[in-house]
Amino acid sequence: MSGYLGRRITETVLLLLLMSFLIYALIGLMPGDPIDLMLSADPHITSEDAARLRALQGLDRPLVERYWFWLQGAAVGDFGYSRLYARPVVEVIGPRLLNTLILMGTSLALALLIAIPAGVVAAMHPRGLTDNTINLLAFAGFSVPSFWLGLILIIVFAVQLGWLPAGGTAPVGGGDLLDRLRYLILPVATLTLLAAGTFVRFVRAAMLEALREDFIRTARVKGLSRSAVVVRHAMPHAMLSLVTIVALNVGSLFSGSLVVETIFAYLGMGKLIYDSIMGNDYNLALAALLIATLVTLLANLAADIAYGWLDPRIDYGG
Amino acid sequence: MAAEAEAAPTRVGVRPAAAGQGPWRRFWRRFFRHRLAVVCAWLLLALVLAVVFGPPLGQLVGLDGQTVNLFDRMAPPGPGQPLGTDELGRDLLIRLLEGGRVSLLVGVSGALLTAIIGTAIGLAAGYAGGRTDSFFMRLTDAVIALPLLPLLIVLAAIDVTKLGLPAALADEGWGSVYRIVILVALFGWTTVARLVRAAVLSQKERDYIRAARALGAGPLRITLHHILPNIASPIIVATTLSIGNIMLAESVLSFLGLGIQPPLPSWGNMLTNAQEIIWQAPALAIWPGVLLFATVIATNILGDGLQDALDPRGDLGH
Repeated sequence: MSGYLGRRITETVLLLLLMSFLIYALIGLMPGDPIDLMLSADPHITSEDAARLRALQGLDRPLVERYWFWLQGAAVGDFGYSRLYARPVVEVIGPRLLNTLILMGTSLALALLIAIPAGVVAAMHPRGLTDNTINLLAFAGFSVPSFWLGLILIIVFAVQLGWLPAGGTAPVGGGDLLDRLRYLILPVATLTLLAAGTFVRFVRAAMLEALREDFIRTARVKGLSRSAVVVRHAMPHAMLSLVTIVALNVGSLFSGSLVVETIFAYLGMGKLIYDSIMGNDYNLALAALLIATLVTLLANLAADIAYGWLDPRIDYGG
Repeated sequence: MAAEAEAAPTRVGVRPAAAGQGPWRRFWRRFFRHRLAVVCAWLLLALVLAVVFGPPLGQLVGLDGQTVNLFDRMAPPGPGQPLGTDELGRDLLIRLLEGGRVSLLVGVSGALLTAIIGTAIGLAAGYAGGRTDSFFMRLTDAVIALPLLPLLIVLAAIDVTKLGLPAALADEGWGSVYRIVILVALFGWTTVARLVRAAVLSQKERDYIRAARALGAGPLRITLHHILPNIASPIIVATTLSIGNIMLAESVLSFLGLGIQPPLPSWGNMLTNAQEIIWQAPALAIWPGVLLFATVIATNILGDGLQDALDPRGDLGH
């Protein structure tokens, strides 16, 4: 186990380094550079000044050298200053990451709370009316355009009914916990509906698979009731594969969260990434993208570890 | 495993029960049993016909999606404009059909490119084995684990002329269509690659492959001429299922202003402006989304139906 764990952690770190270089290079390919932005803000800067500024900031150096310089700072937690927010990048990201984790965590928990019973019920009577209905709803869940679902919820609950705020994270001046919860409802509902569909399909498939196993027949033959077999024997078996599926879906949950945050003006990481890219805030975009990558890679790592720990049949060796 | 081994090589191993029917008859018989998938197939056919022939027919009766009429903005449905007009006074119905043309084109061509890349990588990894295999599978795992949308946003925002790519790709109109297709294929190939690799592994030690090798066929001939026809089913299913996902990715990017660039319409970018005027004209936010939703859910259900019909174990489950 420890040998396997060591290899997986090394892999994750290497992948993160590789991604940091790729993202660094890609950001350099976006239109303009920081000096261009200064030029457009101040017409008095001459082209000699611009060249001198570029040399001063190291922008005339080769890509690898610039990346190495950035990496040395990043290693000690210095990601530079954000242009849009005029504060150190780390300070900007902190609260945003917390907001996103609240949004993603709540939606994930609710999606599983819906998907597990729905998937199990569907699998118990395959091709029946209940199964077909649940299946159709699941298909709707992962086929609906995320941003459009958000817009429809805004039209219904904010424009027509006026029950909930159309966007934001909290009312002006902060507000208490109850106020903040009101702002969470629509974003969480959107993200939950998006995620639940995929999970229902997986739970259903895993349950169908589990119910075909020999140990299920054994349990039935020894006289256990159908519900006891499902709850005590088939479900734990099926939930095992769900661990991996949930981890693999953290990436797409992040993507969904980016859309939802943008629609509802929810101040999280996704909106931060979008705003920083659109606003040419290179330091911020780079750090935010890396944090997003880190979160998804860690989720995958955690799933691998949990899987080995939950399933006694798996022995990673070493 | 036994069932798969029995039925996979369609030309040789037709099961006795289905003898005299042929694989095509069997496929149609099974497909038509999945009623919802049949309905979806007809729906998609109608949609394709509408987006192909609708705009030219509209021109015959004097309707087009490009003429701006600022005196007739956001008009309700009425004679001569079946669904009313958009925020610039353009006919909404024709614009929806033209947008559907772009969205469907991106979905289908993106899925085909995805399938080609995925099949090539899957064949190479599965047939070559060893280092090639582990390299490609690590790459696949890494791409799957990444937060897709944030990275797509960065890639969509980069200035392609800085990469030295042809100016046609930097073009604002159709160039944006090519860019999106390439972008989604860059990340979308993983599903097909995994399926193809697994299928190749199950085929490559079979007798017919050994026979071909003994007769002196090279790796290229064996993979393309002998293995590929026998593993077509999973590729067809995965490609159909990826159409919907690609259309969703395109619509999100276009919605965020990074995909298809106006004045070329797509269902995604039609919703961008609709969000700002959601209070005055909710209909503009509803129609493009309904069509997109319907198309994506129809392709997903169609893919599900194809999967059931092409699954060699299909007859056992019913």
